[in-house]
Order: sequence, then structure tokens, then C-alpha cells
Amino acid sequence: MAPTLDEQMHISGSAEAMLPRAYAIRRVKRETADTFTMEFEPVDGASELTFAAGQFNMLYVFGVGEVPISISGNPANPQTLVHTTRVVGTVTKALGELKRGDRVGIRGAYGRGWPVAAATGNDVVIVAGGIGLAPLRPVMYEMLAAREKFGKVVLLYGTRTPADILFRKELEEWRARFDLEVFITVDRGSPDWRGNVGVVTTLIPKAPFDPTNTLAMICGPEVMMRFTINALQKRGVPAEAIYVSMERNMKCAIGFCGHCQYGGAFICKDGPVFSYAQIQELFGKSEI
Amino acid sequence: METLEPLLAAHPFFKNLEESFLKLITGCASNVRFEAGEFIGREGANADHFYLIRHGQVSLQVASPSRGAMVVQTIGEGEILGWSWLVPPYRWTLDVQAITLTRAIALDGKCIRAKCEENHDLGYELLKRFTQIMVQRLEATRIQLLDIYGTHA
Ligand SMILES: Cc1cc2nc3c(=O)[nH]c(=O)nc-3n(C[C@H](O)[C@H](O)[C@H](O)COP(=O)(O)OP(=O)(O)OC[C@H]3O[C@@H](n4cnc5c(N)ncnc54)[C@H](O)[C@@H]3O)c2cc1C
Ligand code: FES
Repeated sequence: MAPTLDEQMHISGSAEAMLPRAYAIRRVKRETADTFTMEFEPVDGASELTFAAGQFNMLYVFGVGEVPISISGNPANPQTLVHTTRVVGTVTKALGELKRGDRVGIRGAYGRGWPVAAATGNDVVIVAGGIGLAPLRPVMYEMLAAREKFGKVVLLYGTRTPADILFRKELEEWRARFDLEVFITVDRGSPDWRGNVGVVTTLIPKAPFDPTNTLAMICGPEVMMRFTINALQKRGVPAEAIYVSMERNMKCAIGFCGHCQYGGAFICKDGPVFSYAQIQELFGKSEI
Repeated sequence: METLEPLLAAHPFFKNLEESFLKLITGCASNVRFEAGEFIGREGANADHFYLIRHGQVSLQVASPSRGAMVVQTIGEGEILGWSWLVPPYRWTLDVQAITLTRAIALDGKCIRAKCEENHDLGYELLKRFTQIMVQRLEATRIQLLDIYGTHA
């Protein structure tokens, strides 16, 4: 039987958690010029990997290295392990060169995810920047599966250019729904782009949600998250209702090595998702 | 006679504006409509108006001989278009084009400037509101310039 989330979290704290399991790539989908989504299946028949929206795995490209990547699949469907990755350097580039059938090592799932349950009864505003949409996609799946539990659900997505839009088809499907508000904006338009141009923060003043009864989840580059928080606070969303996903370099991913230390917390174990109220003293400081 | 005053009063930009000011401004207002593709302003041309967008979407563009029209921002429902009417020499600094059918309230810049000269309280109130918009746009432009989604971010 698959381990429960509690068991999974427990495993995360033991030595076993440092051992990657072999997974084979079942499917590769190119999303944009520099991002791709991969589906993995365990090679040794290992049990499926239960996870919560916002958790991440360590992906090990054999002989190259290991990187933390969030799970971008549906938590209700743990048989299919899905990751969406952007090529930035050595490991992500090597990962991107792998093909269907190739193997990688995976360990996880790690960290604390998004407070989806706490959002029950509230409006929910999701603000994603660039690849930051990937760790938030599981939240969308979860909320859509229990849509009646939430008030208004608003997704604001900003990215560099129209060609960089992630999960394009899915976004279109979501945009067509009556029970979701989806706004997309790009920093730079192209001649055929007829949508919004401007940074994602410009969408916040006009987005349809009740700031006094909203839970906000933000993921993207830190600069983007900083300005997004400002704009949300300007509309009256309190710090306790704003959640962000932080990124730092990681090594062990289980709170041992200290690589990901962020003030008194470890991002791998206490995060990556934090409430803004929890970290606002540290947030935006250059030397942490 | 029905005036545009209730429409102006309902617009977020004029929220909580004193009624006497609203009356003065209404005297400079008119309803306008732009077809998709129509230019509302041209870089270098006189900026005689600003607009409260009621419906539709417009783009702010910089023309480039080699790259065509580059859209730097889009502005939609509930937003304010144009501050060049406020700053000499009162010329558009960008091309402004309706992307979709756009309905707006046009405010005559010359008319408003004259009223502000007569009534500095009105002038100060408007300036405060426009400064906020200009700061928001400046901030947005800065983030855009940082290219935060680039690989160096
Ligand atoms: C909790 C967590 C979840 C993550 N989820 C995802 C995800 O779902 N999808 C995804 O694509 N990435 C995700 N990342 C980021 C990913 O881990 C890094 O992009 C990856 O580690 C880079 O490794 P590399 O060997 O390819 O690059 P390196 O060779 O280590 O770095 C190459 C260049 O990229 C820069 N760089 C390194 N890390 C980052 C970073 N995190 N962001 C921006 N630039 C960086 C370096 O400064 C360097 O200039 C996540 C990170 C964390 C901590
Ligand atoms: S990565 Fe080792 S403590 Fe977080």
C-alpha cells in the first residue's frame, strides 16, 4: 500500500530519505524553448509517491548531480509523478537531454506545501511568475476537484513573452471555465499577441477578489514575489493570508546540511512554502 | 439632463472625490468610443485628453522601424489612460491603439488645466491622484526592465 502523507513525511526525516530510487522517464513534453514536463514511473515497482501540493523531489541525473524540483502533477493521482523543469545550468540541462525510457534517481517528497485546506471558505488568489506556475499547478488541481469549497478562485500568471507561457492548453481550458478567473500577462508582447502586456503586479488592483477574505499563494522570482506582496497588501490582504514559496540551493533536502538555511529556518524542511507573516523580517534582505 | 457625473463618481480614479470637484470635472467630460485598431493617440501629437476606460483594452506602443510596433503595456477596464495632457509640452510619448472596441470617458485636458489653475484645491487633488498612477507605471516599468524571468534572476 502506498505510504500516507504522514508516513512519507516521516520517511523524509530518516536516512532512507537520502537514497534515491530509480525511475524511468515515461513521457517528455516540451512546454517552451527552455522548459519541459516529464512523467516518471518507478523502475523497481516501488510504491507510488504520495505528495502534497507544493512539495518537491530531489531529481538525480546519474553522474551529473541532483536538483530540487517541485512536483507539478495532480496529488490525487500519485501513480503519475510529474515534474516541470526549466533549463538553467548543469543538472537541469542534462535532465532536459534525457529521453523516454532513460533513468533518473528520485527521492522525496519533501517540504511543506501550500495551505490548500486552510483556504476553505475563502477567495483564493494564485499569483505565478514564469516557471513558478509549475509548483502551483497541483493547487489548481486540488481546488478544481473540490471547487465548491472555495469562494472566488483567481489565477494571475505573468511571464516573459507569449512563447514562454507554460501549460498553454490547460490555461485556455481554465480560462474558459465560469468558476475561475484566469488572467495572463507578458512582459513583452509579440506582433500576434492580443492579450495583456505588463508585469503581473499590474493585474492585482483590478482582480476580482475580496481582500479581507482571501488567501494568496505566490510563486516566482523573489523580486516578483516582493512586488506582488506590496500590491496585495495595498489592496488590504494581510501578511498572514499571503503564502510564498522560497528557493535556495539545496543539498540534503531533509534539514541536515544547512545549505538552505533561511534565518532560523531550513527551506527544505520548514518550507519551501512559508506564510509571509512568518518571514517578513527576512524577506527581501540580500544577505541571508 | 443626464450627465456623466454618476459614471465619473463610480470610477475608482474619482473615488471619494468631493462633489463640487466632480461637478467641475464633469464639465470637461464626454463619452467616446474607439473601434478595434483605431489609434487614440500618436507619439508626438498633441495630448488633448485623458481617458477613463470603461470597457475594452488599449495598448501603448513604441514604433520601431526595424521591429515594428512594440507593445510596452496594455490598459483596460477601470484604468486611466494618459498623463501627457498634464505635463508640458502636452504631447503623447507613445502610440495608443484600441485593441478591442473600447468605450471610455474622455476628459478634455485644456479644460481641466484651466479649472485647476482657477481652483488649486482641485488641481492638488488631481495631481495627487495622477502621481499615484505615474508611480505605479514607473514601478511596473522598472520590474519589466529587470527582466526577472530571465535565467540570471
Ligand atoms: C524547493 C525548490 C523547488 C524548485 N522547483 C523547481 C521546479 O519545479 N522547476 C524548475 O525548473 N526549477 C525548480 N527549482 C529550481 C531548480 O532547483 C534550479 O533551477 C536547479 O537547481 C538549477 O540547477 P542546475 O544544476 O541546472 O544549475 P546550476 O548549474 O546549479 O546553475 C546554473 C546557473 O543558474 C543559476 N541558478 C541556480 N539555481 C537557480 C534557481 N533556483 N533559480 C534561478 N537560477 C538558478 C545559478 O546561479 C547559475 O548561474 C526549485 C528549487 C527549489 C529550492
Ligand atoms: S538542504 Fe540540507 S538543510 Fe536544507
